[in-house]
Parts: sequence; C-alpha cells; structure tokens
Amino acid sequence: MRLLPALLALVLALFVTSLTIGHAEAGARASLSALFGDSEGPLSMVMREIRLPRALLAALIGAGLGMAGAALQGYLRNPLAEPGLIGVSGSSALGAVLALQGGLTASASLGLPFAALLGAVVGVVLVLTLAGPRGGSLTLILAGIAISALAGALTSLVLNLSPNPFAANDIVFWMMGSLADRSMTHLWLALPFVLVGGALLASTARGLDALTLGEDAAATLGLNLTQLRLFVVLGTASIVGGATAVAGSIGFVGLVVPHILRPFVGAQPSRLLWASALGGAALLLLADISVRMILPDRDLKLGVITALIGAPLFLHLIYKTRKELP
Amino acid sequence: MAHRAAACILVSVRPSKIIPLLAALVFSGAAAWADAPRRVVSLNLCTDQLAMLIAGPDQLVSISYIARDKRASAMTEEAAQYPINHGGAEEVYLLKPDLVLAGAYTARATVDMLRRLDIPVHIMRPALTLEEIPERMTEMGAVLGREEAAAALRQTFETDLAALRVTDGPRPRAAIYNANGWTPGANSLPSEILKAAGFTNVATEAGFAYGGAMPLELLVMTEPDLIVSAAPYEGHSRAEDILSHPALRALAGTAAGKEIGENSWICGIPQVLDTVRRLSEARTLLLSKAD
Repeated sequence: MRLLPALLALVLALFVTSLTIGHAEAGARASLSALFGDSEGPLSMVMREIRLPRALLAALIGAGLGMAGAALQGYLRNPLAEPGLIGVSGSSALGAVLALQGGLTASASLGLPFAALLGAVVGVVLVLTLAGPRGGSLTLILAGIAISALAGALTSLVLNLSPNPFAANDIVFWMMGSLADRSMTHLWLALPFVLVGGALLASTARGLDALTLGEDAAATLGLNLTQLRLFVVLGTASIVGGATAVAGSIGFVGLVVPHILRPFVGAQPSRLLWASALGGAALLLLADISVRMILPDRDLKLGVITALIGAPLFLHLIYKTRKELP
Repeated sequence: MAHRAAACILVSVRPSKIIPLLAALVFSGAAAWADAPRRVVSLNLCTDQLAMLIAGPDQLVSISYIARDKRASAMTEEAAQYPINHGGAEEVYLLKPDLVLAGAYTARATVDMLRRLDIPVHIMRPALTLEEIPERMTEMGAVLGREEAAAALRQTFETDLAALRVTDGPRPRAAIYNANGWTPGANSLPSEILKAAGFTNVATEAGFAYGGAMPLELLVMTEPDLIVSAAPYEGHSRAEDILSHPALRALAGTAAGKEIGENSWICGIPQVLDTVRRLSEARTLLLSKAD
C-alpha cells in the first residue's frame, strides 16, 4: 500500500508551494520563515492571515469533495455521480445565498454553513428521489442537470434582486467557486462541517464494500441499507454545505479524483474513500495554484480549472457508460 | 440663440480648446441670461450636483436618479426637489430639453441618439484634481448662462480650500480601499483630496497611476497609517467581504477612517471640502497618538 504515502507527500508539496505564491514579493524561504517566526514588517501577517487560510481551505475542501464523490459513486454504483454534477453544490449555494441576502445570517457566522447544509440536503434528497435508489445513469444525470439549472437560476435571481450593487457580480463566485481573500474565520466555519461529513462518510466504508455485491447480498450480510443511505446523504450534504458556504460551488473534483485513483485501490470503495480525500486535496491545491499563476491580478475561478480538467473526463465516462448499456 | 449654438460647438472641440471658448462666451455674454437654456436636463451625478448649485430658478428640469442616492450623492435633500430621470434617450426627449448635460462616461448611444434628435448635449469631463473643480464651476456657469452665480461659488471654494489645505508637517500614509480592493491611483480626485488633507496615498507608492484593484497582500505590505473604506451596502456581497478581512482589521488606524463619508469623494463640488476637513482631523488625531 504505497498509494497513501505518495499522495500525502504530493499534498504536502503542493501545500508548501501554495504558501509561497502571492503578490507580496518575498522569496519562498523568507515567506515560510515568516509563517513560523515573527518577521520584520507585515510579512508574517500576510502569511498567517491571507496565505495560510487559503492553502488550508484548498486542502480541506478538496479532501471533502474528493471523499464525497467517492462515497456517492460507491453508494450509487455509478461513476458519474459527483456533488457538483448532480446539483448538490448548486442547491447548497442557493441555500447560502438565500440566507445571506434574506438577512438571516452574516457571512462570518455559523448560520451560513448551516443554510448551505440545508440547501445541500434538499438537493441530495431531491436527486436521489428522482433518480431512484439504484441511481440509473440517465435519470441521475438528468435529475442533476434539472436541479443544477433551477438552483443556478434561483441563485442569480436572488443576487440580482439584492439591494447591494455588488451582489450580481457574486453569481460567478457562487457558480464557479474561489478561495481569494478567504480568512481563518472562513476556515473555522467550514472545518466542523467538513470533518463531521467526513466522519459520517468514513463510517459507511464497510457498507459501501458490501454494496458492491449487490443490495440483496449486502442485506443478507446484515447491512442496514436505510442507515447507509442516511449517512451518505448527510455526510455529503455536510461536506458540500461547509465547502460551498465559504468557497462557492466547485465542480468535478469528486468526479475526477475517484476515477483516477480507482485502479490503484482495486476498485474497493472503502480504500477509495481515503485515497480520494488525499487526491481531492492535491487537485484543489493544484487548481488554486494554477489560478494564481495564470492570472495573478484577476480572480480566476477555481471551477474553471476543475471543469477544464473534469469535463473531458466526464464526456469520456458518458461515452463509456453508453457502450455498456444494452 | 447664439449661446445655445456655442454650447453645441463646445461639445465637439478638444478639451484644451474649451478654455478660450469659455472666455469668449463669458465676454460676449452680455445678454447671456436672455439666451440661456430654459429646460436643462442632467444625466450625470456630477453635472446634477454642479447644476443644482449654479442653475437659476426653474432652469433645471430633471436630474439623474443617482442624485437621490445617499451613498453617491452629497446633495440628496436638494435632489428631492427635482424630478428625476434614468438616462434613457426616449425619456429625456419627452422632457423637451433645450440642453442636456452629460458626463464623459454617460452612455455613448444615448448621447448620439439625442444629438440626432437635434438636442444640444454638453459633455463635461470629471474633475480629476482640486484645481479642476473651480474650472468646472466656471464651465457650468457659462453653459447655463449663470456666470455670476458660478463666480461666487468659485470664489468661496477657492478661499475655503486655501484655508483648509495642509501644506506642512509630517504626511501620514493613507489608503483608500473599497469593494473588490478598488483603490484610486495618483491621477484621481480622491488621491488629490488625501494630498490636500496632508496624507500620502500608498497606492501611488505601489505604482497605481489610475484606479485599480489592489490585492489585499499588497495593501498589508504597504502598512498604511489610515485606511479609508466605504461602509458596506445592505444585503451581502463577496466583493465587500474583503473589507472585513482580519488582516485588514489588524492594521493600525483602520477604525479612524471608517466614518469619512463616501458621497463627497466622487464629484468636483464644494462638498469635497468636508472630506478634506474630516481627513485632516483624522490626521491630527493620528499624529497626536503617535507622539
């Protein structure tokens, strides 16, 4: 089992790289030493208050989304399932936007991730109800498209109706996601939700393994399918809620990562969960480094990079799935 | 009608030629008021406010809706006395104006359409320095045939500015930081206002010649003594989240700058002097703390 150490090393390397990128032009060595010791001047503040939360959030959210993708794919036994694609991220963003613009919560309070969580739960339940428990590819994707489109339209509507003249520009943020100028406050908001969600999904590992034998066989092994479904739904919603509340909806992470890593873990869902968490962290750190390298002065959205990587793979998967259908 | 014809010509000449033309207007304008436009419509916040200060009774028929927005306009009370427009060509045409005042950034299509409909449009450039403010006052006086009112306004402004301007003593470093990290550079009225109040604009040090988005990291690295920001709007926007970032709050002196009203930074009107006054009070406070 060399996979996990290798992934961990990759995540660490990307994390350190992420810390050295920014507008304050200090060398990598000076930046990193300012992170741990007090520098002369404001570099320590830049490192601790601006760059560190950004890198931590990228790793946390990437790990959560990777894991959520692996769990959904395991539960539905469908490689096309992913929180962004099936509309969970979109409905979570709608929940967050409604709470913010309705004045129910401030952007720096726990109410925000709760609202996003609630939106995500509605999204997951809707899509699972529409697609049915076995999650046939076609119905799953169609339901996902419909929910994404509706949530996106309502998000735009709410932001356009806002008395705040800057709100309409936020549409791009909620739909594509970004980590620009996030702070430790945002990390503390997202962290508990992603951790709880991760723990819920981790507890489904054995169940997901059993499910590969089919539902009837899994039931004879003593698997509680109702509980498994509940944990997958709540775990995914909690992760997506925490992540979307602070970073907007970032698609394709949960699709790409499990797909790449599946061959390395012998297609075993329980092992794929942890590998996808590390892989997701690496992918989102890489995406966040890319947006800052490509256009340092513009806030290029993370979803642009993840979609550029993920969409071709998604098309490939659809093509493959089509061939497998009778 | 000579005056109106002149006003039409004005808009098509280069700005550098405006001054002699204005002079010609002033001297030839013995019967200026008789020839002055009677139904003036303004489409731009800055021309709205200058026109309200200078126009004669009933001369100004309509002003832009922004003039009533407390966040942008320093003259909302006066603005409540005038009917408002939203700057559409059709809407303006129906008001039957004999002169339309527009800003350099007023929608080109609207201005072209109005000219095709034979309505004279005077485009006034925004004041980018404090010295340009009295020039704009004179320009507005000439256009409206209200030279005397403009001259009086100009006189008061110049005297008050001279009394307020901080010329010596230490110059603390200030940043103007707004939604999306937007900061005005050296060639802008807000930067000139900072300068007059005895501050240095850190955006100038960071190389911003004009306005631009300054990354938060850069702002923190410049360590300003004072950060001036506008209060956030109702509702929420991520663009304004940056103003409550802990790194920004941790910088010294931030709180001192919060209350300096945003509506008197925008246009070249006498109200900018209130901003200069409040800023120089903040400077005095800052210097006394430093001692």
